[in-house]
Amino acid sequence: MKRLFPLTLLVVAAMFVYAPFAILGAPQESTMGLVQKIFYFHVPSWMAMFLAVGICGVSSAVYLFNRNRSADRLAAAAAELGVVFGLIGLVTGPLWARKAWGVWWQWDARLTSTLVLWLIFQAYLVLRRYGGPGSDRLAAGVAVFGMANVPFVYWSVNMWRTIHPTTSVVPTLLPGMRGPFWFCATAFVLLFALLLAARTRLETRRAELEDLYLALDE
Amino acid sequence: MTRRLLGTTRRVLIACAAAVLLFVAAPVRAQAPQQPTAAQQGFVPVENLPQQEHMPAAPLVGAAYAFAWVLILLYLWSIWRRLNTVEREMQAVSRRVAEERRP
Repeated sequence: MKRLFPLTLLVVAAMFVYAPFAILGAPQESTMGLVQKIFYFHVPSWMAMFLAVGICGVSSAVYLFNRNRSADRLAAAAAELGVVFGLIGLVTGPLWARKAWGVWWQWDARLTSTLVLWLIFQAYLVLRRYGGPGSDRLAAGVAVFGMANVPFVYWSVNMWRTIHPTTSVVPTLLPGMRGPFWFCATAFVLLFALLLAARTRLETRRAELEDLYLALDE
Repeated sequence: MTRRLLGTTRRVLIACAAAVLLFVAAPVRAQAPQQPTAAQQGFVPVENLPQQEHMPAAPLVGAAYAFAWVLILLYLWSIWRRLNTVEREMQAVSRRVAEERRP
């Protein structure tokens, strides 16, 4: 693991350096033009966010039923990453919308539900930090509740009135756009895995430090 | 205390399940979806764009990518800094534990 980390970090850094060139080489979209290129970072950031939410929710459920401390640490790490990648999606989306729709924000089903999902995981982090003893279990319940929102966020564009592109966009991408998109998606997923490993290590070391303080008190 | 927490957790889980059921049972397709506009069902590539298309979008695209890059780098730095702080604190506490255990 220790040897794999720097190697993966190098690969991810190289991918992120190459990504803008791959994106510039992709064809322009006919109705949105240049601004559509935000798509190559915007969608992968949401993919990483959903991955984080899934990991956090499942780990939280494991923690609630088995009291497995390492599952709780993984959940805490994933929740923070979910908020970071969600923030990228929430900022890049309005920048795209400003040109494509003429407004920064639209209170439609997709945008509102993603904002709510992001706020749920913000609440998870706040609860863990300031909730006092036992807040880890309450936070785990919040994470399970947050995870249950993901299918609604994903299918909201197909079910409700919205001006947001539907879920059919990615599967129907033409080859010129498909390559750069999946390249960026891979880079984001690899980056997510790296950050998750580093963040989980931080949680583990914090737990060890807490044990040391307890040993000192005894 | 533990029992109360377990009770609260159970209530959160029940609320969660109820919310899921509510959404599944609700007539989610009650509102007929509007006619899809261009670029909602799929992206169509184009060879040449009018020149004015390029200029206004460029700062937005630049800002989006710059924001993603800066946030990722800041977050990496924040993990590295927090990890260093914990490691330093661990060394200090380990020394104290070792000193106290010394006869």
